[in-house]
Amino acid sequence: MSDPLLSVTGLRKHFPITKGLLRRQVGAVKAVDGVDFDVARGETLGLVGESGCGKTTTGRLLIRLLDPTGGTIVFDGRDITRLPQRRMRPLRRDIQMIFQDPYSSLNPRHTVGAIVGAPFRIQGIETEHGVKRAVQEILELVGLSPEHYNRYPHEFSGGQRQRIGIARTLALRPKLIIADEPVSALDVSIQAQVVNLLEDLQNELDLTYVVIAHDLSVVRHISERVAVMYLGKIVELADRRSLYETPMHPYTVALMSAVPVPDPARRRQRDRIRLAGDVPSPLNPPAACRFHTRCWKAREVCRQEEPPLAELAPGHRVACHFPENAPAAAPSRGDSDRQVSDQRSEAPAGGGGGPAATS
Amino acid sequence: MTAPLDVSGTESSARPEAVLQGAGRQAIEGRSLGQIAWARLRRDKVAITGGVVIVLLIVVAVLAPVITNVVGGPPDKFNEELIDPTFSSPKGSGIFAGVSWEHPLGVEPVNGRDVFSRILYGARISLLIGFLATLVSVVLGVFFGVVAGYFGGWVDTLISRIMDVFLAFPLLLFAIALVGVVPDEAFGLSGNGLRLAVLVFIIGFFSWPYIGRIIRGQTLSLREREFVDAARSLGARSPYILFRELLPNLVAPIIVYSTLLIPTNILFEAALSFLGVGIERPTATWGKMLEQAVPFYSVAPLFVVVPGLAIFITVLAFNLLGDGLRDALDPRGTR
Ligand SMILES: Nc1ncnc2c1ncn2[C@@H]1O[C@H](COP(=O)(O)OP(=O)(O)O)[C@@H](O)[C@H]1O
Ligand code: SF4
Ligand SMILES: [Mg+2]
Repeated sequence: MSDPLLSVTGLRKHFPITKGLLRRQVGAVKAVDGVDFDVARGETLGLVGESGCGKTTTGRLLIRLLDPTGGTIVFDGRDITRLPQRRMRPLRRDIQMIFQDPYSSLNPRHTVGAIVGAPFRIQGIETEHGVKRAVQEILELVGLSPEHYNRYPHEFSGGQRQRIGIARTLALRPKLIIADEPVSALDVSIQAQVVNLLEDLQNELDLTYVVIAHDLSVVRHISERVAVMYLGKIVELADRRSLYETPMHPYTVALMSAVPVPDPARRRQRDRIRLAGDVPSPLNPPAACRFHTRCWKAREVCRQEEPPLAELAPGHRVACHFPENAPAAAPSRGDSDRQVSDQRSEAPAGGGGGPAATS
Repeated sequence: MTAPLDVSGTESSARPEAVLQGAGRQAIEGRSLGQIAWARLRRDKVAITGGVVIVLLIVVAVLAPVITNVVGGPPDKFNEELIDPTFSSPKGSGIFAGVSWEHPLGVEPVNGRDVFSRILYGARISLLIGFLATLVSVVLGVFFGVVAGYFGGWVDTLISRIMDVFLAFPLLLFAIALVGVVPDEAFGLSGNGLRLAVLVFIIGFFSWPYIGRIIRGQTLSLREREFVDAARSLGARSPYILFRELLPNLVAPIIVYSTLLIPTNILFEAALSFLGVGIERPTATWGKMLEQAVPFYSVAPLFVVVPGLAIFITVLAFNLLGDGLRDALDPRGTR
């Protein structure tokens, strides 16, 4: 990747927790805590993780809706990390965000025309045949009728509303679109339609996507590469094939087992790993490897030393002391651990903070 | 969920348009939430009754000079010939003493002024002060409420504390004191014009926190909605977000709570008049009529009942309309 469109290094966002009248800071929610990734032009990067692990915060940092606590964001060769909002304004045409909730992301008092036309008005852009014409063309592009121009959001279903939201992001022909769980609020039956629409638009308009999702199934269809996030950090980053075929991080393996497998033969082979407990609070994340409280392979070293995000195979980076499916060169300790995990999955043991594995 | 929302339907079909076509495509123009609210309000008989009463009151107040020309006569004209000199009460017996075709609601004790005319003229004062004072509080309340809710932080803390102080203020005492020291002339106004302006100012200035608090709360929750983030991510500045994105969503609570604040303000003015502060005689106000009637309640009960009823009906009408509007405009009910 010689010239990435977006390059993120060490990105951090800590939300201060304040107390009392004087707003004394008593702690911080480490929502994003050191995230690195690049996004090449024209590619789609999937960003996956359980709810609360900092995906939305990352997205908001990328479009500068939030100010980063640390790290750098380089977009199209420009460092935009600390760009003041005034100078960020013209750049906003190039980076857009599709929001998660199609009910809250459209102003209920505005017509579809006003919503999709807002980008032109806010950015003060003249269009050749007027804003109305431009808006109607975009509506057609996303599979809506130009006649919807004067209608209000409440007259549409969730899927149509999300199309309106997508139309708004397309108005200014952006280079990069951050899609924050674009289909998770939608009915399963229409999720595929919207995902397909996103794919079609990407081909038609040369878009680059960062698609956020809380499970691996949605991202699987459209991402070339996938980053798995856990508690504000990326734990695994790989191209789609190696991630789905040889997931290395135990957390990814667990997420993967939650994805329904279409092929029944393969389904039988695979163990279903159910992660015990919830994600720990980002207010007080576990020391060293943040996954150790839920990891079935955790050992003393995991509680002492933070595993670096290391490239264990070409283009496949993992942050784990005992990776699964590791290539031969990987630490041998991993192999002995595999056996432990296999035994456990045969005899499911419930309870405690430990792992629970069922077949 | 009510009928108008069925338009959205389900998205079982692949073509999104099909859903809307299926609805019969009666209208190309979408139905705004305002239109839906109006459709709901129309079905609410109680609220509509309140609204009709309010419209009638306004018409009657505006046309008071015309109407009293036909019935009742001038409001300040003494009709001593109708008063029994021994009891100072209207001639005749029973509670309808003094009632006649010329004086449909009877006449005042002592000086015999026509009650009907005075009620009509009193409505002018009540409605004028009710509306103007509410306007003052809405302007102040919406401005400070939106600013506090949108900007948050110390701005919010400051404005919220100021609102607390205003709400804890012994308004009645303050109003009595202030109206008591109004000079004869100030700001190019004099007499009752000046007193009216002072009343509007005092009542409006002290009731804005009621609206302010509600608007602040609504802004606080609207601010978190993703459409605000969407506007911001397009590069919108604060004024755009405040006026184009947030304010249209605040119209409903503004309408509802002003409708509910008007009767409060009317009552407050009546209370001040009753206590002898406010508009000076001989101008008729409902509160003052009530005050003058109290000593005669046993000999001329009608004189107590009529202004009392006028205040009651007016306040009730506004409250019923306000409650109906609240139900019709409830944002949770529309989506
Ligand atoms: N404005 C905020 N103030 C404080 N904490 C926040 C804020 N926004 C998000 N968080 C916290 O940051 C963490 C990550 O949130 P988020 O990025 O929304 O996760 P995700 O999108 O992956 O579900 C959560 O624990 C959340 O409570
Ligand atoms: S480092 Fe240890 S605790 Fe963390 S994921 Fe790997 S094995 Fe589990
Ligand atoms: Mg999220």
